[in-house]
Amino acid sequence: MEALGLLQWCLDGLLGLGLLWLAWRALACSDLFKAVVLFIAFGLLMALAWVRLEAPDIALAEAAIGAGLTGALLLSALARLRAIQANGTIVIPAQQAAKVQLSRWLAGTILLSAAIGLGYAITSLPPEAAGLSAEVTANLAASGVGNPVTAVLLNFRAYDTLLEMAVLLLALLAVWSLDGLPTAEAAAGPVLDTLARLLTPVLILVAAYLLWVGADAPGGAFQAGSVLGAAGVLLLLAGWRLQPSLAQLPLRLALVAGSGTFVVIALLTLLSTGRLLAFPPAQAGTLILILEAVATVSIGVTLAALFLAAPPGHKEKL
Amino acid sequence: MSTAFFYALVGVGLFCLGLYTLIVQAHLLRKILAFNVMGSGVFLVLVALAKRTEDALPDPVPHAMVITGIVVAVSATALALTLMLKLAKETGKAELAGEGEE
Repeated sequence: MEALGLLQWCLDGLLGLGLLWLAWRALACSDLFKAVVLFIAFGLLMALAWVRLEAPDIALAEAAIGAGLTGALLLSALARLRAIQANGTIVIPAQQAAKVQLSRWLAGTILLSAAIGLGYAITSLPPEAAGLSAEVTANLAASGVGNPVTAVLLNFRAYDTLLEMAVLLLALLAVWSLDGLPTAEAAAGPVLDTLARLLTPVLILVAAYLLWVGADAPGGAFQAGSVLGAAGVLLLLAGWRLQPSLAQLPLRLALVAGSGTFVVIALLTLLSTGRLLAFPPAQAGTLILILEAVATVSIGVTLAALFLAAPPGHKEKL
Repeated sequence: MSTAFFYALVGVGLFCLGLYTLIVQAHLLRKILAFNVMGSGVFLVLVALAKRTEDALPDPVPHAMVITGIVVAVSATALALTLMLKLAKETGKAELAGEGEE
């Protein structure tokens, strides 16, 4: 028992220091490409940290989004930035060295004291605090699902999730309205092509599994949606584009389906129970499954569309 | 010191590291990375402090908040990257104009 405890401490220590070191290198190294790759590694270590903190739901989301999708977004943005800045190197103008040094020292000192203050505030918190876990456990039976995190996301705090779907949609609308950017077109090699063909069905299957299992075990709409989004990114990287006949109305319907279903169910519950998104316990399980299934598709399509950055079928001009 | 407090302190470190970079680095891609690191720090503090339950399962409410937060962060990152590219296309550099410049 003693040896196991020591081993876990070593693991935690290495993980914590590794996180800080990777973040520092990603933020300080001079090559931007290296910085992005280090940031992806940072995301993977974060997923391990979530596992150590007994948060497997977050670990799944972080592995798919934090390391996968954010990394793909950053790498593609970097490639397009280099295409815009034709010479390829990013010129940092010479500033007054003394002034820069002074502001660095100033910011460093202030933030070091902020870190010490925050650290002191955290260590002076009570070592035991149950938070809301007792309330969640007591009401879990009425929520329609067995996984407490899914119960919070889609029943107790479903309002947050409704707004989050709106945020995703809003981000995509904003990205689409900033058109006229070059898209980095690279011909897919045979390896990427085969990989995309092999992995896409597997990823869709994994997404469906995560969606179904999320009712009682780690998983759920966000994890499934991000896996679906990753499948979309892979297809887009391999050169696949949506058929023009599907790119207009069907695509837009898929994008708004999540928020739309949420609003419809919210209005129905408002009419039947008098409270927004208060599910009757008997129907809660079914309602949550419908919401999650539609939200998964919307999240997946939105994330893949965010990666493409321009509306499909839109004239890509340099 | 328990595991919860250790990870919470790592979260504080990440937040301050990100904020420092956000202030001192000029390149916008670096600022976007710094913003993501700050977010990860906040998430780590939230989830670490949710683990302060004796032997029971951790508090699921912060967990749900962080999952929501991760998805919002990736959509905000996508928007920020597009804005950066747009700026680079208009001005030729991926930096904000400082004082004294046009």
